[in-house]
Amino acid sequence: MDIDLIFKIAGVGIFISIINIVLKQANKEEQAQMLTLVGVIVVLMIVIQLINELFNDVRSVFKF
Amino acid sequence: MIIFKIVGIAIVATIFIIVIKEEKPEMAFLLSMVTGLLILILVFDQIKLIIDLVMQLAEKGNIDLLYLNTIIKIVGIAYVGEFGAQITKDANESALAGKIEIATKILIMFLALPVMISLLEIVIDLIP
Repeated sequence: MDIDLIFKIAGVGIFISIINIVLKQANKEEQAQMLTLVGVIVVLMIVIQLINELFNDVRSVFKF
Repeated sequence: MIIFKIVGIAIVATIFIIVIKEEKPEMAFLLSMVTGLLILILVFDQIKLIIDLVMQLAEKGNIDLLYLNTIIKIVGIAYVGEFGAQITKDANESALAGKIEIATKILIMFLALPVMISLLEIVIDLIP
C-alpha cells in the first residue's frame, strides 16, 4: 500500500506535465495553469490524509 | 526487514522526484513530503514498542509516572516539530522553519518547567 501512493503521485505529476506541454503548444496557457492547480489540489488531498494519519499515530503513542 | 522497505521506497521516490522536478517543482515537493510521511509512519510500530518497554522499566523501578509522561510528551513534540521544520526548510522557507523550531522549544520548556520546579523545591528542602 505504501509504494502505491508514491507511484500514484508520480503518475499524476508526469501525466500533468505532459498534458501541460501539449496545452502550451496549442496556445492554451490559462487551461494549462488551471490543470496544474487541479493536480496540486488532488495530490494535496492525499498528503493531508497522510499527515492526519501521522498526527493520530503521534497522539496515540506519545499520550497527548 | 523494514529497512529494505524504507530504502526501496526512498530510492524509487528520489528517481521520480528527479524526473518530475524539471517540469513541475511543486509536484516534486509534494512527492518528497509524501515519502517522508510514509517513512515516518512505517517506523511507528517500533517507536510504540520502545515506549512500552520504557514504561515497563519505569514501573519496575517505581519511577513517578508523571515525570515519564512529561518526557514522552516532549519527545512527541520534538518529533512533530522537527518533521514540520524539515518540510518547510525543504521548500526554501527557512524563516518559517525557524519559527516552528522556536515554537517547539517554547512548548518543550512549558512542559519541562513543573519538573524543574519540583527539583528546585527538593534542593531547597535539603538546605537547612
